Amino acid sequence: MAHQTNLLDIRDAHGGAPVHADGGHAHPARRPVAHGFVHSKEAGGAVDGPGIRYVLFVSGCPLRCLYCHNPDTWHMRKGKETSVREIVAEMASYSNFLKRAKGGITITGGEPLTQVEFTAEIFHAAKAMGLHTALDTSGFLGKRVTDEMLEDIDLVLLDIKAFTEETYFEVTGAQLQPTLDFARRLSAKGKKIWLRYVLVPGLTDKLDEIEGLAAFAAELGVVERVDVLPFHKLGEFKWKECGREYKLAETEPPSGELVEKVRSIFRDHGLKAG
Amino acid sequence: MNVYAREPFDTIDTELSAQDPWRGFLPGTWTREIDVRSFIIANVTPFEGDASFLAGITPRTADLWEKLKLQLKAERDKGGVLDVDVSTPSSITSHKAGYIAEDLEQIVGLQTDAPLKRAIMPFGGYRMVKNGLEAYGFKADASLDKVFPKLRKTHNDAVFDVYTPEMLACRKSGVITGLPDAYGRGRIIGDYRRVALYGVNRLIEDKQTQLKSFELATIDEDVLRAREETAEQIKALKELVKLGEIYGFDLTRPAVNGREAVQWTYLAYLAAVKEANGAAMSLGRVSSFLDIFIQRDIAEGELNEAEAQELFDHFVMKLRIVRFLRTPEYDQLFSGDPTWVTESIGGMAIDGRPLVTKSSFRMLNTLNTLGPAPEPNLTVLWSEHLPKGFRDFCAETSIRTSSIQYENDDLMRPYWGDDYGIACCVSAMRIGKQMQFFGARANLAKTLLYAINGGRDEKSGAQVGPTFAPVVGEYLDYEDVKAKLIPMMEWLARVYVNALNSIHYMHDKYMYERIEMALHDRDILRTMACGIAGLSVAADSLSAIKYAKVKIIRDERGLATDFEIEGDYPAFGNNDDRVDDIAVWLTETFMGCIRKHKTYRNAMPTQSILTITSNVVYGKKTGNTPDGRKAGQPFAPGANPMHGRDKNGAVASMASVAKLPYAHAQDGISYTFSIVPSALGSTEEDRVNNLDNLLSGYFLQGGHHINVNVFDRETLVDAMEHPELYPQLTIRVSGYAVNFIKLTREQQLDVISRTFHGASN
Repeated sequence: MAHQTNLLDIRDAHGGAPVHADGGHAHPARRPVAHGFVHSKEAGGAVDGPGIRYVLFVSGCPLRCLYCHNPDTWHMRKGKETSVREIVAEMASYSNFLKRAKGGITITGGEPLTQVEFTAEIFHAAKAMGLHTALDTSGFLGKRVTDEMLEDIDLVLLDIKAFTEETYFEVTGAQLQPTLDFARRLSAKGKKIWLRYVLVPGLTDKLDEIEGLAAFAAELGVVERVDVLPFHKLGEFKWKECGREYKLAETEPPSGELVEKVRSIFRDHGLKAG
Repeated sequence: MNVYAREPFDTIDTELSAQDPWRGFLPGTWTREIDVRSFIIANVTPFEGDASFLAGITPRTADLWEKLKLQLKAERDKGGVLDVDVSTPSSITSHKAGYIAEDLEQIVGLQTDAPLKRAIMPFGGYRMVKNGLEAYGFKADASLDKVFPKLRKTHNDAVFDVYTPEMLACRKSGVITGLPDAYGRGRIIGDYRRVALYGVNRLIEDKQTQLKSFELATIDEDVLRAREETAEQIKALKELVKLGEIYGFDLTRPAVNGREAVQWTYLAYLAAVKEANGAAMSLGRVSSFLDIFIQRDIAEGELNEAEAQELFDHFVMKLRIVRFLRTPEYDQLFSGDPTWVTESIGGMAIDGRPLVTKSSFRMLNTLNTLGPAPEPNLTVLWSEHLPKGFRDFCAETSIRTSSIQYENDDLMRPYWGDDYGIACCVSAMRIGKQMQFFGARANLAKTLLYAINGGRDEKSGAQVGPTFAPVVGEYLDYEDVKAKLIPMMEWLARVYVNALNSIHYMHDKYMYERIEMALHDRDILRTMACGIAGLSVAADSLSAIKYAKVKIIRDERGLATDFEIEGDYPAFGNNDDRVDDIAVWLTETFMGCIRKHKTYRNAMPTQSILTITSNVVYGKKTGNTPDGRKAGQPFAPGANPMHGRDKNGAVASMASVAKLPYAHAQDGISYTFSIVPSALGSTEEDRVNNLDNLLSGYFLQGGHHINVNVFDRETLVDAMEHPELYPQLTIRVSGYAVNFIKLTREQQLDVISRTFHGASN
């Protein structure tokens, strides 16, 4: 529990001490949690996993990505305390719709694994309803995911933000290794992955690094698709609202050619990239 | 000889008429009786493939379309009306032949002798005609002043002879608006296919048999009316034959090939729009019917795919230029010069086969060959059993053009069978077997204010409703308001239904739709199609009263004219039963009030939850409401949640709307949905699949109708200039959602470049 508390009190990633990811199996005897902290909910998302989805944005994130478009989700306790029961009831009311619409539920954030028990319980209830489940995560806290919890997850939307420790730290203020470990674990378990990569000019556009990531992803054997997401500044105003300095104010979105080039690197490794 | 030239019809006619028009068709009930459905079921070839067979635009079509586009531009440049024939009241045979470019047109026929030249239809109301002419810089021919209304009374004169002061007061205050008392009621669909399948002679014989069936022992008013109407129908059919002659066709006999089938069907429809200027002049369900003729031609080697597409393109061009002369007040209510030439496409047969044919694709493909357009109003009858290839083509076309609406065939088929069509936007009716008395709509939000103010109008202060006890005290109490609302709804329903009875009695008498009704059976189902506007405003107001505290602010007249809300309340559109149940209650309760009243010709009472664009005018006529909506602000359209109050995503909004019971709103429940392409997915394939997924989910929940807008670049640019028109426009870029109009201009420009030719594609 101590680790979790630390993570919630996290300071700006580029100040202070580095963050550690060994959330570990901190809860040998899992006890049900009644509540979690929720930033927002959207019934009807179509871009966070297959089909039409109930998307739950939980609050709290250990990373401090420079390009984050949801900085308002960083702090767990800024979210609204919401009971599992309430989420499950709401999910149930959409269950038929979501099934017919070839969708399911996606938990994103923030980082869903900051509230791992809450996330686990909702997934467990979703599976009991027969819904498809997707976890949208950076993988940084992947160790917190128990094997038992993994059984309730159909798909992981894994956001690998860079492929060297240096770049990863520059982008997020944290280490890359836990994410790679998590990816390998998912691969070993045969869990499907949709890989996401945010392409930021001057930050994450090093082609040799991307080449390495593509090779790694291909080797995993479970990556169904790769979404190369061009950097955008739509979250900039949220930084201002949070009273933070937006360091990428001068950065422009990548050119169409660059995006296409990056996608083709993934495709050259036999991956489906869009 | 011009390569494009059409063969002269006298030659073609003699050769073709020797052919058996029904060759190769399987017989059925249709061969003995007038029964188009039986013909379709016996002969249709459902098509389960995808759109890859379709042909593009032919050079001849492109040529013709360019010519017409110039005319359309000239019409816009002239302020909306290109030309009017000011001296000839329109009838089926009033005008000589007119063409866009005779040597190019494969399907011919215009309302007057020139394209986009409007006709006058004074039988609905002469004052409307005069005002309409003057508004666009024309003047009625002096001879007409001698005829109307001195020698010939109009529908409009007659209705105002019988309106009660109470009806006039409701009309003036806007608690009832849009009544068809000065123009054609519309929403009647003639079975135009009958002309192609049977030829007019056979139809006349059938009507003559019907006339004989009205030779009864007691000739009372009902029988007299039936005899007179049938006699008029026969005359109209004979005039239809003359219309055919004007264009060189022999409509007395059935069509012998695909081109004739389209031409015959179109001329029957043309006769209708020459005779009646109904608010909605819908076409019915013709694509898969025409397909049977076209597939026979293709099998006989007489027609190829490009030529088949050409027939649809030329037909649709004609449907795009149907015009009526309207007044500016009418345009304010229904903006954009709409005619609702609604064509219903797809759906399932009772026997389980899809009624999707290659011609269903061809009809939709006109949005590609000719580009997007609001007319004809292409309506897909959706079923989860429709072939995937067709569903994908619909979704693709929707995403590209935002020009398709969808209605739930799985919901309607049990009510209306498998040969119904949509009139106007959402009104289902069995083709040739059912019509409706169009009733515009009552304003539920204003009715709620009347309940609070004891029947006095919140704007004028006039006592419009009955003098019931107003709400007293500082705060609104839910049970008190509800107890006052019910009798106010009862009163309104009584005035409303009686006003509609007056209108439709006079419409039948002075402006009977002869040709449309000639293409109906002898005994038909009539519905009295009432409607409500402001449902979400009324539901949210009641929710605010119940779940928050609403303080009344009274003006010097003692009227509650403003409200202060203390606290939050659940709003319609968030899948929250607390308020959704109120919306359902309002719908059922008002329908219950309507059902209590005797209707003209014993019509079956129904209602719609539909406003089209009149939600703006209704809003203008309604004061501040207890939900926090300010006086004059538009209502949400149709059954939509109020702008910006549906905060839980598209599926939540759809779930709320889908709860509204079709059983108590059988004239249809309209929902308008807008989304940007990127919110549907990052690739074209994702977007097509996800639109299909959304439709499947919504219709499974029991949703009735959905307008799908997938916004294009132009729309977003327009939204930047006129943000007030796009309050709900949401953009999503993976994991992020924001209201478009809340972004800075710079960011909006960014989204526009990103969405349309951006890196993300």
